Amino acid sequence: MATPNTPLWEVFIRSRNGLAHKHCGSLHAADATMALQAARDVYTRRGEGLSIWVVPSNAITASDPSDKGMLFEPAESKIYRHPTFYDVPDEVGHM
Amino acid sequence: MYTQALNTSDAETSGLEDAARANAFQARIDADERIEPNDWMPAAYRKTLTRQISQHAHSEIVGMLPEGNWITRAPTLRRKAALLAKVQDECGHGLYLYAAAETLGTSREELVDAMLAGKAKYSSIFNYPTLTWADIGTIGWLVDGAAIMNQIPLCRCSYGPYARAMIRVCKEESFHQRQGFEIMLTLCRGSEQQKAMAQDALDRWWWPVLMMFGPPDQVSQHSDISTRWKIKRFSNDELRQKFVDATVPQAQYLGLTIPDPGMKQDADGHWRYSEIDWDEFRQVLAGNGPCNRDRMAARRKAHDDGAWVREAAAAYAEKRANRQLAQAAE
Repeated sequence: MATPNTPLWEVFIRSRNGLAHKHCGSLHAADATMALQAARDVYTRRGEGLSIWVVPSNAITASDPSDKGMLFEPAESKIYRHPTFYDVPDEVGHM
Repeated sequence: MYTQALNTSDAETSGLEDAARANAFQARIDADERIEPNDWMPAAYRKTLTRQISQHAHSEIVGMLPEGNWITRAPTLRRKAALLAKVQDECGHGLYLYAAAETLGTSREELVDAMLAGKAKYSSIFNYPTLTWADIGTIGWLVDGAAIMNQIPLCRCSYGPYARAMIRVCKEESFHQRQGFEIMLTLCRGSEQQKAMAQDALDRWWWPVLMMFGPPDQVSQHSDISTRWKIKRFSNDELRQKFVDATVPQAQYLGLTIPDPGMKQDADGHWRYSEIDWDEFRQVLAGNGPCNRDRMAARRKAHDDGAWVREAAAAYAEKRANRQLAQAAE
């Protein structure tokens, strides 16, 4: 008898106050409560976190790797968006 | 955390792929780019990695059995707490690895079923018994030591999720080796009987540990393509030699004798070991090791005994979801 596949969750952990939650892996759990408990055991055995988010994997919308060029090229060609594009004389000091 | 040479590949199917895509893929690998789950990849790359990562995961899970055998009989509370934490880590490592394998498109259930059906392999080393407490020290010192040698290069493997899982694993691994060495050191500084127990464990584990690195380079199949794909970065014999060179001085410090009368140091400082009994390795892989049947039986029993938990969790989640739907409809 086949049991239905257990849902997949993505795990995000905030390691210290002031930092953002960061993706650290995934796990299977029947529901959100069990996913949180499992994330605690699997991903924070050495004090890695102060806060955990679990998100159903199928709720994530991802960009398509084959669209990479189209999506990100515009940012690459706009060097004037970076501070180093602008000349400031040394005499002005740090800016 | 344990891998062995599970680096067999399926080069034969690659001819069917679109040559241009395959070339572009190889160019990315050659440029040291990481391949991510949704990227195009040759079917053989996917299949090779699925097998290697899942077998690595199975090894972690089966690896809990020989050590779990001693949790209730650890000599002190300190040792017991450490062993419990180590076995829990092995379970965690198995879970990181299953998650990485699943990103290649095979479900966790299929991966586990393949292992339980005897279709997927796990590391041969776990088919040896842990007869005394010194075996726990030896496993940490040598088996985890050998695993670290194998896993450090895997942190730079071309497949992103596998490399990331390995980085996590390697961070946690060094505690395992140190706790094992400490057990050995304590035994070696103890009574005559304790030292004899340590020597006996080394005598039994030494050769199986050397086999963990897989067949010698001249007979290792499919290594070339794994190297070209940057899944494998060092050959079996290179890693084995590195391990032996690192381990001999540690054994000398402990005052233990490596059970290889023919071993000697060459002019370059490398410790040259005698011929390995590859027939034993083949026998253990074929299912005829001392504990193969016990390990499989234990895994199947654990899976079957846990069935009601999986069913209950799924039923409860379904009930809650239905109740939420009903409340939303009101």
